[in-house]
Amino acid sequence: MATETEKFVGTPRKVTQHLTQNEGLSFEKSAPGKKAYRLAPLDVPAVDAKSLLGVNAREDAAGLPELSEIEIVRHFTRLSTWNYAIDLGMYPLGSCTMKYNPRVNEFVSRLEGIADAHPYQPESLSQGSLGIIQLLQQCLLEITGMEAITLQPAAGAQGEYTGILLVRAYHQAKGNARKNVIVPDSAHGTNPATAAMCGYDVINFKSNASGGIDVAALAEAVNEDTAALMLTNPSTIGVFENEIHRIADILHAKGALLYMDGANMNALCAKTRPGDFGVDVMHLNLHKTFSTPHGGGGPGSGPVACKKILEPFLPIPVVEEGSDGQLHLNYDRPQSVGRVRAFYGNFGMFVRALAYILANGPDGLRQTTEDAVLNANYIRKKLEDLYELPYNTPSMHEVVFSDRRQTKNGVKTGDIAKRLIDYGFHPYTVSFPLIVPGALMIEPTESESREELDLFVDAMRQIAREVEENPQLVLDAPHSTRVSRLDETGAARKPVLRWKPGNGQ
Amino acid sequence: MRYLPKSDAERAAMLREIGASSIDDLFAIIPEEYRVTRDLDIPRQMGESEIVDHFKAAAAKNANGYASFLGAGVYRHYRPVLIDTVVQRGEFLTSYTPYQAEITQGTLQAIFEFQTMICELTGMDIANASMYDGSTAAPEAAMMAMRVTGRDGVVVARTVHPEYREVMRTYAQHREAETGHAAQEVGYGENGRVDLEALEAAVTEQTACVLVQSPNFFGVIEDIPAIAEIAQKKGALLAVAVAEAISLGAVRPPVEADIVVMEAQSFGVAPSFGGPFCGVMAAKEKYVRQMPGRLVGETKDKQGRRGFVLTLSTREQHIRREKATSNICTNQALVALMATVYMTVYGKEGIRELALQNLAKAEYAAKTLGVGGKLLFTGAPRFNEFVLQTEETPEQMNARLLEHKIIGGLPLRKWYPELGNASLWCATELTTSAQIDQAAEMVALIPAAAAAR
Repeated sequence: MATETEKFVGTPRKVTQHLTQNEGLSFEKSAPGKKAYRLAPLDVPAVDAKSLLGVNAREDAAGLPELSEIEIVRHFTRLSTWNYAIDLGMYPLGSCTMKYNPRVNEFVSRLEGIADAHPYQPESLSQGSLGIIQLLQQCLLEITGMEAITLQPAAGAQGEYTGILLVRAYHQAKGNARKNVIVPDSAHGTNPATAAMCGYDVINFKSNASGGIDVAALAEAVNEDTAALMLTNPSTIGVFENEIHRIADILHAKGALLYMDGANMNALCAKTRPGDFGVDVMHLNLHKTFSTPHGGGGPGSGPVACKKILEPFLPIPVVEEGSDGQLHLNYDRPQSVGRVRAFYGNFGMFVRALAYILANGPDGLRQTTEDAVLNANYIRKKLEDLYELPYNTPSMHEVVFSDRRQTKNGVKTGDIAKRLIDYGFHPYTVSFPLIVPGALMIEPTESESREELDLFVDAMRQIAREVEENPQLVLDAPHSTRVSRLDETGAARKPVLRWKPGNGQ
Repeated sequence: MRYLPKSDAERAAMLREIGASSIDDLFAIIPEEYRVTRDLDIPRQMGESEIVDHFKAAAAKNANGYASFLGAGVYRHYRPVLIDTVVQRGEFLTSYTPYQAEITQGTLQAIFEFQTMICELTGMDIANASMYDGSTAAPEAAMMAMRVTGRDGVVVARTVHPEYREVMRTYAQHREAETGHAAQEVGYGENGRVDLEALEAAVTEQTACVLVQSPNFFGVIEDIPAIAEIAQKKGALLAVAVAEAISLGAVRPPVEADIVVMEAQSFGVAPSFGGPFCGVMAAKEKYVRQMPGRLVGETKDKQGRRGFVLTLSTREQHIRREKATSNICTNQALVALMATVYMTVYGKEGIRELALQNLAKAEYAAKTLGVGGKLLFTGAPRFNEFVLQTEETPEQMNARLLEHKIIGGLPLRKWYPELGNASLWCATELTTSAQIDQAAEMVALIPAAAAAR
């Protein structure tokens, strides 16, 4: 046992364990007759559902929980304390850009007149909303260097879908929709899934030795059947494609288009513009680059910006300024791909993104990008002696290590991630991109102070030592959470996707 | 810049430790000709008070202090204060997709509760963690039905929200080109319900999916059992869209459906000029592996304690890539949380009571407004919307109403020219009898005045 106690156990410096409250499901606390609402008295004659609706009247009430107001406040407050969040500390999920979500964004999105605007209000009573759309569009066009834009797509993946629909419509208008879309093997899974949804065959394209596009191989792969290349730039390993102009030239020479996945735009804002380096169409993620909240998995918002050649195909409606100086919604666009979503998109996210841009201005956006890249490079420098760098190319906003050295002790990236939780951090992105076996994909964003970065570095270094000297500790992590590692296999084998009376604890 | 937690001295020190002589070193990989060396032409950096003023000025240019009778897929219901209390907690607002279950149990349990509540409301066995909105959930249901049945045909009722149908058409474009099966639309009868005979004729052995909405775009409740029989006897799946979620408090759920797609905006989500909203997909259990989007399941940890995880992710794009059930990744989690809080606040009795108030208000509004025009589709039950046909055009009528700070019904000519001067009106629990009376008075006024002239 003596040797057991001598094994190295790191000291988390960022966190101290504290108690969290237990809380069952709301259904389990329900009791008939408890209420958390009181309606205003009805000022019109009451009706009998049965006589109005007949056989369409609902017989059995839906089994929603019955609770009082204080119980509901405690319920959700208790649940909230079981979450990690940006507001608690660094959230280095690579490719997700977990940056600070400014509170003024939330405030202005809830202003009366903005939050209660109905999408079918007359245009004359929607000039404020349309003005927000117009100004955000102008800002995003200037930031991307593109020429036309739609804000309609509901999230990044739908932005990709819209972008590839534009590509398809463009080729179709020339008489041939073409057959395939080239997707690098480093791409996010939404890229190939999107291309397939648009009816294209996906050509999975192998990355070169530095994790980027093999330009010579691309030249061979692109032909008259190629509709587009979907390129993430900087790539998912955080590297800028410095031969981007050659890539664009190769595509354009064969009549194909360059689609850019803008997930990593936080590395480029105010420093370089996709429209300038040959991109024909791209999407942005307002919940990444432009600080709208991630909210536990959404809502997102995925504007698509494009060059003039694709403008006729944009989804309807588009916002236009009339000769009367009023803003209008134009539905009369015969070449449009149609709608991808009802109404005009996730408008509430436009408000927040615009508030973020106004808070930054040109100088703030530039400083933001510089700090994001500085932070990633700082982490790289402080950890590269302990964690393997699979690609030595310069990092932009994120750095990708591999677990190669740690696997010698049987510890994988997922285990290191779980141990990081004990040190008070959300894990990095695990096992992505797929081109790096055992990837640790770290994106600190600009929102981290040097102190927070140093705490993260300290945690990662202590974990590296634990892996060497006490690997079982890491394999069993996390040790400090409400629940330990959960049985995911069991969850998938016999799915329990809803609560039923009696299947409780 | 106030969001950036670094002094210039700290930046300089960090650069030194990295071994860079200046920040430009870190951007050296960007070819020089593509570097931006000027200030972007966007508004200058603003103080917080200026930002608030900017948006207050925008809000002032929208409708303020108007009574509104607009519905049509976006409904004005009271939002309990608790909703924003909960969703503005940073632990919910600023976390992300719960891939790391040990530190996201709060989000996971809330989604599990959401899935359960949606099942209870819709009568389905399973529900996912959310879709973008009702309009995008509809084509996802059609594509799911194609995967389940191995067929390509889709039959859609014209009484489905016109913008949902437009989104369906967009999603169907390339598939139609491949299979030659255009989505077929089926009209409605005198009573505003889908024409069952036409539906019967349209559904064939190639039909994967029949999609109807109930209450439909006219506010009319469809005969779901009859529609289900027509669809299912040919082996097609029935997908029912519910755009007004509150209706499920009073209207019999579409239990005969195979898939239910819903827009949960009515559950405590602000109209917000059309989004973000909360799409939902629910289905029969046997279709679970063809379901798009995220699912949360219950499981246990190593000590046997209950916990929740994202599950069945082999359906999804990050694992299956081009063979995934959908490309959806980010969904509407925070909005789904709003809906969850809303359903918890109202609970079993409240949802019913609220739905009955909506029913009563709409009944009163239909009777009162009907005096000044002709109420269409009276032959079938409706929920909180109705169609009014008037002598003057809805645009003329609404122009008069606007002068009295009333936003009248939505003109329908754009989508249903055959209905002439028809408009779609909605009354919810927030519509007062005084507003209804005033609107009715204004609507009724003109034909008499016109006659007098």
